[in-house]
Amino acid sequence: MTSPWIAYLLVPLVKIVVILGVVILLAAYLSYFERKILAYMQIRVGPNRVGPRGWLQPIADALKLFVKEDVLPSRAEKIVYFLGPVMVTAPALLIFSVIPFGPGMKLFGYEFAPYLTDVNIGILLILGVSSVGVYGVILGGWASNNKFSLMGGLRSAAQLVSYEVPMGLSVVTVLLMANSLSLVKIVEAQRQMGMWFFIPGFVAFFIYFVCGVAETNRNPFDLPEAESELVAGFHTEYSGMKFAFYFLAEYANMVVISSVATVLFFGGWLRPFPSVRALAFLDAFPGAPIFWFLVKVAAFLFCYIWFRGTFPRYRFDQLMRLGWKVLLPVSLVNLMAVGLGVLLLGGPR
Amino acid sequence: MSPEVVRPFPDSEEMEISFGPQHPATHGVLRVMVKLDGEKIIEAKPIIGYLHRGTEKIFERETYNGAIPHTDRLDYTAAATNNQGLVGAVERLMGITVPPRAAYIRMMLAELQRIASHIIWLGTHALDIGAQTPFFYTFQEREKILDLYEDYCGARLTLNCMRVGGQPFDLPTGWTERCREFIEQFPARVAEWEGLLTNNRIWKQRTIGVGVISAADAIEWGLTGPPLRGSGVKWDIRKVFPYDHYDEVAFDIPTGEHGDTYDRYLVRMEEMRQSVRIVRQCLERLPDGPVLAKVPKVIKPPKGEIYFSVEGPKGELGYYIVSNGEANPHRMHVRPACFINLQALPEMVRGYLVADLIAVIGTLDIVLGEIDR
Repeated sequence: MTSPWIAYLLVPLVKIVVILGVVILLAAYLSYFERKILAYMQIRVGPNRVGPRGWLQPIADALKLFVKEDVLPSRAEKIVYFLGPVMVTAPALLIFSVIPFGPGMKLFGYEFAPYLTDVNIGILLILGVSSVGVYGVILGGWASNNKFSLMGGLRSAAQLVSYEVPMGLSVVTVLLMANSLSLVKIVEAQRQMGMWFFIPGFVAFFIYFVCGVAETNRNPFDLPEAESELVAGFHTEYSGMKFAFYFLAEYANMVVISSVATVLFFGGWLRPFPSVRALAFLDAFPGAPIFWFLVKVAAFLFCYIWFRGTFPRYRFDQLMRLGWKVLLPVSLVNLMAVGLGVLLLGGPR
Repeated sequence: MSPEVVRPFPDSEEMEISFGPQHPATHGVLRVMVKLDGEKIIEAKPIIGYLHRGTEKIFERETYNGAIPHTDRLDYTAAATNNQGLVGAVERLMGITVPPRAAYIRMMLAELQRIASHIIWLGTHALDIGAQTPFFYTFQEREKILDLYEDYCGARLTLNCMRVGGQPFDLPTGWTERCREFIEQFPARVAEWEGLLTNNRIWKQRTIGVGVISAADAIEWGLTGPPLRGSGVKWDIRKVFPYDHYDEVAFDIPTGEHGDTYDRYLVRMEEMRQSVRIVRQCLERLPDGPVLAKVPKVIKPPKGEIYFSVEGPKGELGYYIVSNGEANPHRMHVRPACFINLQALPEMVRGYLVADLIAVIGTLDIVLGEIDR
């Protein structure tokens, strides 16, 4: 009954459209929630003019950016200038192809998995693809032919390179515990183990999240676009849709980091305390796995916004020092400790 | 005083970059030409004059009371202390004694102004360093001060709230109660802001040891106000040359030790509390009586010259008046605090990073209206 056309073309296509649509909409509305939450933290009201309670604000913003004049600086390196936003946005969206939003399930008699694909090297793919995004920032900053942009791009390059390493090492601890690179298997491993990897790997989680915040250029690590220093950093010269793409990529990247943190450390779609049977009712409603996944991601995203409402910004050299002199040694030691623990306690086969 | 500039790659290219005059963190239209080696500042040169309005020349054509509104626009975040300096100078030149009630009202207005000015400094300084939230918390309090001003003189920013010989109006009914209400709750707000910043690790890392200036250098450069006191020099015009009735109220002069951005931050935070203390004492002692001394309709100071200064929120604000007995001054010069404090900027940022330049501009608390005049 299931023709290969449906299985291999139609279903993935529909999934791609749905995931892209949800992610882009989520990124747009993340900006709304950010403005709203920040506003409440700062005794303001936030956007409240467009639509009821400002609900249509992101749509209006997107429309505005869409019809705005696209200014091309006359001395910009045109091709690279154009490539910049593309190279930032594409990887950010690509990563969602391997993020599992829920377990495979039976839907109307069909096998259905609420993720696009389960690659057996999922984590490697994420790390690899997300590194490509850096080029968009560096090249965009360089191609604008603006000194502020250039400095923003360079800062971003240094920042991303130095935070990639401890981040990778903290991810490796999870791999040790899960014995797999597939994101779906990692969640399954947490279910078998009966607890989220956050509990044995809280140091790794902390490092991962700090690095994640740094990689997405968010406060307190928002140096590449430090408004008070570099005007707008690498996207100073960008306007219209190109700017919108940088914006979209930043928010999509936040969702990526939050999703990966959820999968790696907080049990993905598992309910809280997956081993406690008395709490099984938490799973007893339709769509529960996806609900739990989204709740966890939302919690991380809230933290992002919370940081922005609280912290001042690091200075460039302090940022590098934190990355190389604190996070890297700590993550190395942690990796060895977790490895030893897995060896002694007998980790997964 | 600043770290030795060591260039790791001597043949690397230096980059010259112009911060401002339209830049989010230069507090107006300051322009700084910065020569950079990577992120390190080799040289920073402030370029001023984008807000020059010829105020000192305008003074010459105005009557003395007519010049007061122009002083509002010098340091537009501290109009009351600007007024205080001008009327004080003219009164001393003419030998007028201000009625005690007027003097106490002046002190209250000036101290509230000091708080309001420090609030702007704190909000923008924190914003420059990347902390967004204090900006909104602080400005909420500033609104209350501006409301008090509005009650008193109808204006919120350009107050024009003093006259030669006293005050233009008595305090309106209920003003003292509203003022007391404000100062009673204000220290708790300061504590709240300090809770966000004072022990914040990132805030400390960004400010401790940044923009250091030694006491000797600070005196050499002629710094006044918090930048001088942050370096440990106990110098406050209100104490050393008391005017109005500052000798009758008790207050301390906070000083720093290291002369860095963090110490200047602490000094200003404490100054806000001391200002509250002064306002509270003024409210308790506020005498009855007239608010305006007997002065002629047309103010004509005798031939002569005078220099008189007050402790503005940013530092010593002085007026030098040359009168040849006419209704308008022959020459009136302003000794602006910001202009002279800004001179130390190149020294204070040499060898530091770009991010520190922003922090130092913030900590000097400059207002371009006073620099360019």
